Amino acid sequence: MSDKNIHVHHVTRIEGHADIHVVVTGGRVETVRWEIPESPRLFEVMLLGRDHSDAAHIASRICGICSISHSIASLRASEAAFGIVPSEQTERLRRLLFAAEILESHILHIYFLAAPDFLGADSAFSLAASHREVVLRAMNLKRLAYTLADRLAGRKTHPISCVVGGFAKLPSPGLLEEARAQIEAAIPDLEETAQLLATFDIPGFTRETEYIGLTAADDYPFIGRTVASSDTGVAPIEEFLPTIREHCRPHSTAKHARHERESYMVGALARFNLNAANLHPRALRAAAALGLNAPCHNPYLITAAQAVEVVHAAEDSLVQIDALLEAGIRPETIHVSPRAGRGIGVVEAPRGLLIHDYTYDDDGRVTAADCIIPTAQNHGNIQRDFEALVPAIVDRSEEEIRRALEMLARAYDPCVSCSTHELKVRLDVER
Amino acid sequence: MKPKVAFFDFTCCEGCQLDALNMTGDQLASLLDAVDIVEFRETKTGTADHYDIAFVEGSISRDAEIPRLRGIRERAEVLVALGACACIGGVNCLKNAFEPEDALRRVYGDDAVHYDTIPARPIDAVVAVDHYLHGCPINGEEFRRTVADLLLGVTPRVPNYPVCVECKMAGNVCVFERGGSCVGPIIRGGCNAVCVTAGRHCWGCRGLVDDPNVNAQKEILERAGLDVEEVLEKFRIYLSCRKEAS
Repeated sequence: MSDKNIHVHHVTRIEGHADIHVVVTGGRVETVRWEIPESPRLFEVMLLGRDHSDAAHIASRICGICSISHSIASLRASEAAFGIVPSEQTERLRRLLFAAEILESHILHIYFLAAPDFLGADSAFSLAASHREVVLRAMNLKRLAYTLADRLAGRKTHPISCVVGGFAKLPSPGLLEEARAQIEAAIPDLEETAQLLATFDIPGFTRETEYIGLTAADDYPFIGRTVASSDTGVAPIEEFLPTIREHCRPHSTAKHARHERESYMVGALARFNLNAANLHPRALRAAAALGLNAPCHNPYLITAAQAVEVVHAAEDSLVQIDALLEAGIRPETIHVSPRAGRGIGVVEAPRGLLIHDYTYDDDGRVTAADCIIPTAQNHGNIQRDFEALVPAIVDRSEEEIRRALEMLARAYDPCVSCSTHELKVRLDVER
Repeated sequence: MKPKVAFFDFTCCEGCQLDALNMTGDQLASLLDAVDIVEFRETKTGTADHYDIAFVEGSISRDAEIPRLRGIRERAEVLVALGACACIGGVNCLKNAFEPEDALRRVYGDDAVHYDTIPARPIDAVVAVDHYLHGCPINGEEFRRTVADLLLGVTPRVPNYPVCVECKMAGNVCVFERGGSCVGPIIRGGCNAVCVTAGRHCWGCRGLVDDPNVNAQKEILERAGLDVEEVLEKFRIYLSCRKEAS
């Protein structure tokens, strides 16, 4: 049996830098490693001493793809610390902003990062020649997400208007009506996205794991306070947070996280497994078309769960806009009285559970900050999937093994530069 | 042969690359008619050994990034700094107020020895930069105009007037009139004053204009009854970077 040494130095078509290293000697798997050499950015120290009004601005810069998630998680942490309860109008506008981010991020992943593997291309740029209508659809859907976020927050990447307690500027009803029409018009394209994915030859690997994400009795939540684990059940974030254990690993500037087992999964498939019953009927039809049933243990189908979620996000946006228009957009006075204390903000970023945990002094300045990033939670699970997959495909060529592992890592849609912004060591560090 | 274009990133959030791609399908099609995108790790497999235009996002914050950036410079005819991290160091420079060992220890505890970090700096602290696309994030329209200029052999124009110019054109009420503080009077425009238009103030992400009238800014702050030191501390987010840091 031949020896194999596979070293993918920087996996392409993911956000940030990650490597894969596999060594097989005499048919025996010696090394299987998912390595994270990304620059550490040390956001925790960047936030130290900053005023509450600057915290979300800085935290947003953790990630260019999920800056809305980081902003809202940050604002909610500050609001929790100061005892501020956002209005229903603010909550609905934030849900809309989340829909824009889920849409943009998932479409980017489905079409630009994942699809080239299945359509035999090195990038969406070459697909523009061979599958022009597919790329045009992707660009138009991305554009829709940007336009929606521009209207709500001034900008999609690093949103501007959302502040502690609400919005510094509110969208006009006219803008919301226009957005509604555009979203409604895009739904057929989103359904076609699911149909395109259904034609892909997705590998059949499965490995059951623990799934963690926000949950609610009658919602498919992206913002909330209640976390579900497929192993341990439902708990408020304050109780759940201390049960996550993060640890440093060699070859990785991102920490790894554990909960009930050696590893767990967060993100679109975890959310689908936990909350599928609360999806919009049209999203459920998309899931059926993709053959996706909860619980699903094939990580390659994370991409399929994303295609289901974009349909849901669009439908939910219509519901939110209708409710906002019916109530009328009302100006609000935002009152922030800083006080010493700790606050936790938790959201579902496109890639999964995202927690910002801040401590403030009496002047409203940050004295401690901690972020638990989705991809950092998934790193351990990617490693375990690799360990399960490699022995099963060890007889294949180096090229085939490399491709299977790259596609598996890509399915998680890892946001590596985010995960190395892993902030404070708060829990037991294993040495 | 179409000109070869490449995108690279160092320490950053990669948001500027994504915003560079935020264009209509037709705009992307005409871009791809005009250039070959030969290297763009975030969205594309493959590398090249020569680039007519290299866009570089991110600041330099570890030793290993320095030879990599120098290699890109050697292979590039024209090198464009993409966004605040590359142009002025960006938010990454906030960590420079702490000793590197201290900063690492605060984040990674006793495992800090695994990690390599140096004070964050803009890319022109390491290599020569031909053009700058400012902002956190960049403005997509400015990106497209710059690409067009470079393809036509025209030197791209970098705005050298303060944000206030565009803020007035946008019809905004001055932030100082609203009782807030702002660095628009000394910060390079080109953003259409997007932050003030969206209800906030200018944070300074495009860096100082070439000859900032700092005394006038101080006068404005004093007239508005604001503490100059406090305001400077607030705006350290983008204005703390000094190239001498390297």
